[in-house]
Amino acid sequence: MGIQALHLTKTFGGLKALDDVSLEVPDGKLVSLLGPSGSGKTTLLRILAGLEFCDHGTPAKILFHGKDVSGVPAGKRKVGFVFQHYALFRHMTVFGNIAFGMKVRRGGLRPSKDRIKNRVGELLELVRMSGLERRYPSELSGGQRQRVALARALAVDPEVLLLDEPFGALDAKVRKGLRRWLRTFQERLGLTTIFVTHDQEEALELADEVVVMNNARIEQVGDPQYVYDRPATPFVIEFLGNVNKLVAGLSGLPKEGGNVLYVRPHDVDIVGPDEAAGEYVIKARVQHVFSAGNYGRIQLERLSSREPFEAEISRERLRQLEIKYGDVLSVVFRHVRLFPRGKFFETDVRDGKLVGLRDSLPTNGEDG
Amino acid sequence: MKTTAPRRVIPGFGLTFGLTLTYLGLLVLIPLAGIFLKSAGIGWQDFWAATTSRQVVASYRVSFGISLAAAAANMVFGCLAAWSIVRYRFPGRKFIDALVDLPFALPTAVAGIALTSLYARTGWLGSIFYPLGLETAYSRLGIFIALTFVGLPFVIRTLQPVIADLDIEIEEAAASLGAPRFQTLWRVVFPALLPAMLTGFALAFARALGEYGSVIFISGNMPLRTEITPLVIVKFLEQHQVEHATAVAVFMLVCSFVLLLGVNILQRWSESAGAARA
Repeated sequence: MGIQALHLTKTFGGLKALDDVSLEVPDGKLVSLLGPSGSGKTTLLRILAGLEFCDHGTPAKILFHGKDVSGVPAGKRKVGFVFQHYALFRHMTVFGNIAFGMKVRRGGLRPSKDRIKNRVGELLELVRMSGLERRYPSELSGGQRQRVALARALAVDPEVLLLDEPFGALDAKVRKGLRRWLRTFQERLGLTTIFVTHDQEEALELADEVVVMNNARIEQVGDPQYVYDRPATPFVIEFLGNVNKLVAGLSGLPKEGGNVLYVRPHDVDIVGPDEAAGEYVIKARVQHVFSAGNYGRIQLERLSSREPFEAEISRERLRQLEIKYGDVLSVVFRHVRLFPRGKFFETDVRDGKLVGLRDSLPTNGEDG
Repeated sequence: MKTTAPRRVIPGFGLTFGLTLTYLGLLVLIPLAGIFLKSAGIGWQDFWAATTSRQVVASYRVSFGISLAAAAANMVFGCLAAWSIVRYRFPGRKFIDALVDLPFALPTAVAGIALTSLYARTGWLGSIFYPLGLETAYSRLGIFIALTFVGLPFVIRTLQPVIADLDIEIEEAAASLGAPRFQTLWRVVFPALLPAMLTGFALAFARALGEYGSVIFISGNMPLRTEITPLVIVKFLEQHQVEHATAVAVFMLVCSFVLLLGVNILQRWSESAGAARA
């Protein structure tokens, strides 16, 4: 196991930032901590780095590759930490920044000047910044600063790499490129890596495993596809991807958890304009139609409850159906998710009939 | 076709610049020029004699030497004080923060009398220091105390916003890279504060050079030993030797200007090259 964190609890002035959180990250994996701001993800990362400490008297424990580092200060944890705003040393050149971690080593542990120079050269090549070692941070672009921060963190030969919102301060285009680059980069280094993000797309696209956090707790852990397909809690389904939340329910479904149900827009099927309302067929009026790329988005309003929801169908189908504003359509929800009291139901509806109703608690396994 | 002048964000450059020049001219340039003109009235030989007599030269040594020492002390302790006020939360912090400005507001004569009565042989503090062999009043040490007092707020007020702006993440980054506390301070924090420290130093130094009110009470004003240049100037004036007074003033102005220019250059250098040499 690359990183094991057990029973982490942290309170800031009466406010719980982490509430008995435990987490395991397999060796060499790229894991993302995903959650809204204030969910505790950055606090968790900072505690792993040793920049923050758990509440006194809690049974917290942190192990890197089986070694207990709970009481080890940040500088000796062998952690490479990349800050959201890079935290580069402004008065030092790129070279000075990257060499810093080696230069401050004491006595015999400090590499020779030539060794440092060679190592900085290697790292610059690794992050594709060769030739820029004499620049100051103020003379670099956001993406370049990010890569200098990464090289600086790697210069101390860390055992784990921790990145706090690594792409948060970059514009969309640079972000996409850097994201892909980081993925291949991490794979090549094989370094156990955790990165924090509030961008679900980033987490799902990049990570081997996603840890969804909310309210100082972990909601779900799993590989991105699994977490997306089988969200364990209402929070996860609402946070990951688009989803329609309908509170008026649907007849024939379990009522234990109230009437709330969740449907992904692409699970909304338009069955035709004039089909009779069956048990699972609902009537809705078209509010807005928009298509981009391969998809057509239709804003609908359920006739019986006046609840708005969204359908996503192929552009092709949109053309066939000739949908326009004000039409009343018959709609079927192919998959519906319910979360009655911590339980999880998934329905399969075909041709207006319920063909399957699974009642299962998702495990954190990887059967997805 | 009309050519368009480059548009400025703030309109009325001509007006603002004109006002600035008028303002500076009336308050600074014309009076200073007056001093130069007046001192030129006595001729080169007398000018030289007035500015290099034994008593005057001794006063330069006192004024410049002790002002530099006081500014240096303020740079160090003011930095520590500013750091504590910005970075730590302690009871009475707001009160201490307000206290810092007091030397700005207090009439300097009041400060001088207060300091003298405290630091004199029979004063509260003097009665502690004198037995230790420290003559804290009517001595150069006394002048040092007074000049430190008036200069302190300059260093603290210059450094406070800079320290507040200093990103804690920078220190965390250094710590995470394995730097011990001292290395972090020396290599990361100190270079970031140095320009502001030098600015504070220059301000405190300039202030100390011109200080008169508080010093004359605590210094004892012994010619050749504890006489500051501003006092020498006043003495010339009292003897109606206005030209001599202005000559010494000119000499002092030029020296201060050169010194402050030096500090400025040093500061510029510390800002740009910083610790690239590290």
